[in-house]
Amino acid sequence: MLKDITIGQHFPGNSPVHRLDPRIKILATIAYVVFLFLATNAVGLVLSIAMVLALYVVAQIPLKMLKKSLKPMIPIIIFTVILNLFFITGDGDPLFRVWKISVYTEGIMFCIVMIVRILCLISGTSLLTYTTSPIQLTDGLERLMKPLNVVKFPVHEMAMMMTIALRFIPTLIEETDKIISAQKSRGAMLDSGSFTDRVKALVPILIPLFISAFRRADELATAMECRCYHGGANRTRLKQLKITSNDIICTAVCVVAFGVIFATRFFFTPLI
Amino acid sequence: MIKATNLLFGYSEEREKALNGVNFTAEKGEFIAVLGSNGCGKSTLAKHFNAILLPEEGTVEVEGMLTTQDDRLFDIRQKVGMVFQNPDNQIVATIVEEDVAFALENMGVEPSEIRRRIDEAMEKTGVYKFKDKAPHHLSGGQKQRVAIAGIIAMRPDYIVLDEPTAMLDPEGRRKVLKTIKSLNKEYGITVILITHYMDEAAQADRIVVMSKGKVVKEGTPKEIFSQVELVKSLSLDVPQTSEIAYELGKLGHNLSTEAISIDECAQQLYNFLKG
Ligand SMILES: Nc1ncnc2c1ncn2[C@@H]1O[C@H](COP(=O)(O)OP(=O)(O)OP(=O)(O)O)[C@@H](O)[C@H]1O
Ligand SMILES: [Mg+2]
Repeated sequence: MLKDITIGQHFPGNSPVHRLDPRIKILATIAYVVFLFLATNAVGLVLSIAMVLALYVVAQIPLKMLKKSLKPMIPIIIFTVILNLFFITGDGDPLFRVWKISVYTEGIMFCIVMIVRILCLISGTSLLTYTTSPIQLTDGLERLMKPLNVVKFPVHEMAMMMTIALRFIPTLIEETDKIISAQKSRGAMLDSGSFTDRVKALVPILIPLFISAFRRADELATAMECRCYHGGANRTRLKQLKITSNDIICTAVCVVAFGVIFATRFFFTPLI
Repeated sequence: MIKATNLLFGYSEEREKALNGVNFTAEKGEFIAVLGSNGCGKSTLAKHFNAILLPEEGTVEVEGMLTTQDDRLFDIRQKVGMVFQNPDNQIVATIVEEDVAFALENMGVEPSEIRRRIDEAMEKTGVYKFKDKAPHHLSGGQKQRVAIAGIIAMRPDYIVLDEPTAMLDPEGRRKVLKTIKSLNKEYGITVILITHYMDEAAQADRIVVMSKGKVVKEGTPKEIFSQVELVKSLSLDVPQTSEIAYELGKLGHNLSTEAISIDECAQQLYNFLKG
């Protein structure tokens, strides 16, 4: 049934990575991406790969999942490789020529670095969504972005919108299911006919869905008012995020790993 | 005490007034059922009790505070909780306990106190065992009890329920009604229950009947339902128990339509059949 689809790609578990404070996880992911782009030598890149793989092992995420998230990247990688391989020119003689295009060592090096970066980038950010539930993610983002309140950025409102969206996705999916059945029982042909016919057949599904969504929104707003909702001012939270020893250890491990990756810059010659 | 005096309200200029001079009081500790046909203004009246709607003319007072007093708005909403028909459209958070905590978070209650109060509220409504679940995995009746828990976590003195059982199956309906009754009897919360189910109304201390934006009749369930013809003329039903007595009465048998509980009715029929 449509109702059972999971939102995002959360893979529940109880590993140190799962238990890590979402704020630290978000910041560590951003840091990882930054250091990935600072690592231009072979050792740094290998360490980056090793780090993300180690985290997958610790988090006990099956590598099948990793493969699934990397698969959509293949066309992008092929495109990057072709582009870089043929259009980057080096100082020395070309390595070989294909028809009128010459391939240089620099081009090959650049390709390797780009492939590693793309793969690590996707693996790293996927790890964040695998090990953090959408609610924790929203919560972490809200708390991290709190300082933006100073410049009048509506942090609380954004987080509230995300929470409500997450809350209503299953409800609306279920409703879509019902409307589709209702329209089919009235003779709507949703799975046959030309492309334009099928698009037209969507209209009688979308219109009731929107009308109902607006009615729901209206009722939800009233219900929220009844519960004293008045925006983010003076609001407290049930769940306080507390820094635990697990958080401190994980942070320390990350800092050391990032430090080592960065330090390789000074000891090894860059590939590009 | 909630007290509405000569309350007048219309949604728009052109249309007929939805409330046309309503007088209504709810004393502390009462269990009141509000009856009336579709569109007679029950929901509109309910929304006046916690300042979701404000009177055009007349006043609504909650424990001495006028609903038009801006500075008392949140005090009023904390005192008068409100539950609606569709549980799906009242649940805000993606986890049951977070939803129950929503009102308290808005009120700025300390986290440790929130924890204590929501656990208590979830115990009272019997949803504690679902506290870590996602709302969309619960049945309608369970969701409605979560919504009630979210309200009583505010520790209101009054709870207004607008057809809370209309979308539920008999089992869900029974459990929700049991919860409502226990809130009233055991915890002393004043209950104002809007309903189309006469068997629910029969359990109230007092029934208020509305028609065309006015309160037309008030009394105990016995007083109201024994006047079968009057109730029917307002396009409402009487409980089946009164109906039996009424129909037998039409055939010339002398039975009391005041026997509205099933036990009373059964006893009366037993006596009648024995001769
Ligand atoms: N949001 C609104 N805008 C305009 N008119 C409304 C609105 N809500 C209700 N009305 C009108 O006000 C009148 C009273 O409606 P209300 O919802 O209070 O009735 P009700 O007794 O709760 O009916 P029901 O038993 O169907 O819930 C009706 O004529 C209705 O059409
Ligand atoms: Mg109504």
